[in-house]
Amino acid sequence: MDKILRIDMGAEGGPKVTVTPLGEYVGLGGRAMTSAIISKEVPPLCHPLSSENKLVIAPGMLSGTVAAMSGRLSVGCKSPLTGGIKESNSGGQAAQVIGRLGYAAIVLEGKPATEDLFKIVINKDGVKISVDNSLKMLPNYDLVAKMKTEFGDKISCISIGPAGEMKMNIASIACTDMELRPTRHAARGGVGAVMGSKGVKTIVLDDTGMTMRAPKDPEKFKDANKRFVDGLKQHPVSGQALPAFGTNVLTNILSEAGGYPTYNFKQGTFAGASKISGETMAELETKRGGMPTHGCHRGCVIRCSGVYNDKDGHYLTKQPEYETVWAHGGNCGIDDIDSIAMLDFLDDNFGVDTIEMGATIAVAMDAGIAKFGDAQAAINLVKEVGKGSHLGRILGGGAAVTGKVFGVERVPVVKGQAMPAYDPRAVKGVGVTYATSPMGADHTAGYAVATNILKVGGFVDPLVAEGQIELSRNLQIATAAIDSTGMCIFIAFAILDQPETFQALLDLLNAFYGLNLTGDGVVALGQKVLSMERDFNARAGFTSQQDRLPRYFSTESLAPHNVKFDVKDEDLDKVFNW
Amino acid sequence: MIRGEEFAPLPFFSPMHIKINLFATLRKDRFDTDQREYPTGTTVLAVLNDLVIPEGEAAIIFVNGKHAGPDHVMLDGDTLSIFPPIGGG
Ligand code: SF4
Repeated sequence: MDKILRIDMGAEGGPKVTVTPLGEYVGLGGRAMTSAIISKEVPPLCHPLSSENKLVIAPGMLSGTVAAMSGRLSVGCKSPLTGGIKESNSGGQAAQVIGRLGYAAIVLEGKPATEDLFKIVINKDGVKISVDNSLKMLPNYDLVAKMKTEFGDKISCISIGPAGEMKMNIASIACTDMELRPTRHAARGGVGAVMGSKGVKTIVLDDTGMTMRAPKDPEKFKDANKRFVDGLKQHPVSGQALPAFGTNVLTNILSEAGGYPTYNFKQGTFAGASKISGETMAELETKRGGMPTHGCHRGCVIRCSGVYNDKDGHYLTKQPEYETVWAHGGNCGIDDIDSIAMLDFLDDNFGVDTIEMGATIAVAMDAGIAKFGDAQAAINLVKEVGKGSHLGRILGGGAAVTGKVFGVERVPVVKGQAMPAYDPRAVKGVGVTYATSPMGADHTAGYAVATNILKVGGFVDPLVAEGQIELSRNLQIATAAIDSTGMCIFIAFAILDQPETFQALLDLLNAFYGLNLTGDGVVALGQKVLSMERDFNARAGFTSQQDRLPRYFSTESLAPHNVKFDVKDEDLDKVFNW
Repeated sequence: MIRGEEFAPLPFFSPMHIKINLFATLRKDRFDTDQREYPTGTTVLAVLNDLVIPEGEAAIIFVNGKHAGPDHVMLDGDTLSIFPPIGGG
């Protein structure tokens, strides 16, 4: 990973490839890399779909090595959804393969003058770019099947579906998993629209003939990796709960805690929660011959995912994540698990963010476009998006756009991005993260749910304002750093609770790069990333007024605890004072 | 007259009705949801003991949707929800 691959899609005479040394970006990976390049090279006032924007695809610092959990990919750009900087994170095989091919980043620049659709193939021999208009408007599963026929099954694909080609705000970028299914998405913020604006349908990756990245100190690295894996296995969350039930184990607990946004954030508990819970889903998956435990990339030892089969025992989709089940489930009043799985498949296939799609449908339901609880109507609406009908185009603009078009007053977005599956009034720490993250409302940016609800990393009462600023600050810093390593964020449960597992992570980085990184160094890295991102947003026109939740979260109470979001504005402005 | 009968009418000894919800691995060999009777003054810990749930396995405890500890004293009509260590996101 000692070079950057730049592809100018707008070059005269067709796309032009240059490979440059790392230069000032040396030592960076993942989110640190994407945010550094975007903040340095993209004019903050540019239109996100213009030739001036760049799409940066970066494996983490440890991706492509044998380190467990290191296969997360960062995708960065100026977001068409938020208008600010974006880092969207994905599992799947791509990060490991790009790392092994030697690239610390792939940067798509410029914009083709024609409507042609391009296919980029990267392997040990280099980069090949060709026009392939036969791929136009292919959904992700069909696209990958076609690439498999053309290039064999040793490949991994990064691709956009029709939503990305139509440059929708909610368009995702799909990454294939170990079974070559396009089930892992850099979903948030409309990164797929930026890829579409560059005219790139897919990047086909093949690392045949390449080897694992070699650490500076192989012995120390091996030892650190062993301690790291032991720590993950020993922690009850990463060792038992996540593999057994997946992320959807959260449905019941959030509903019990009164923090499960239901009917477009109108109440905090959902009567149908148990029907769509992780417990129910795991049982069903086993019964139908699917899998309740599955890894999204080689090297994952937590394996929080699964395989969801339909009633007849045929593959339908990967195990939908908690946030997906919520977005299409309780938030839309839907308690039919098979419909939710179908919506997950459609989202992946058309290439849209499941969170934004579900939140948008709930806003549309509030507008009377469909009835809460009507699963078939929700499926039809997603199909409209896939077709690109006029209604589909509006919904494809996301929750904020849809709310405006249909005159809906209560639209749960921050910086234009829909809130995920935790009501900020009843889980106030994550409310602080929603308000202040440079990404817009994003739970992963500082997952205070862990400490507010799950009692991991201590306990801060979710229902009171005290302690939430500090909690969110620390988590946002830690997350920015973890997102730069290529590690899956689910290592956080173990490293928050077990100092020796955190040390093992430091030792992995140190043994690989020959560094002497300490805990303070990790904090400094996280702060640096956040500062770059906030600086970009400031230059793009963001002020503290954008670091706020919509007013109604402070003025309207949420049942059953009858709580409002009461963290003070002046305190929100202190999150980034360090 | 047997001992205890004379106390029976006193409210102090009237049974409380507690709804108990168990989740994830705690359901194994137990139940998903049950309604049980306990004497007034019963703590969360006493219920855990009754259900043979080791304290360490009851990582997250809610009484009526609010976090509670093992010493919490239950009241008639309460809902007690118990989770093992879980995570996601
Ligand atoms: S824990 Fe889950 S999300 Fe993380 S790498 Fe493994 S399968 Fe992917």
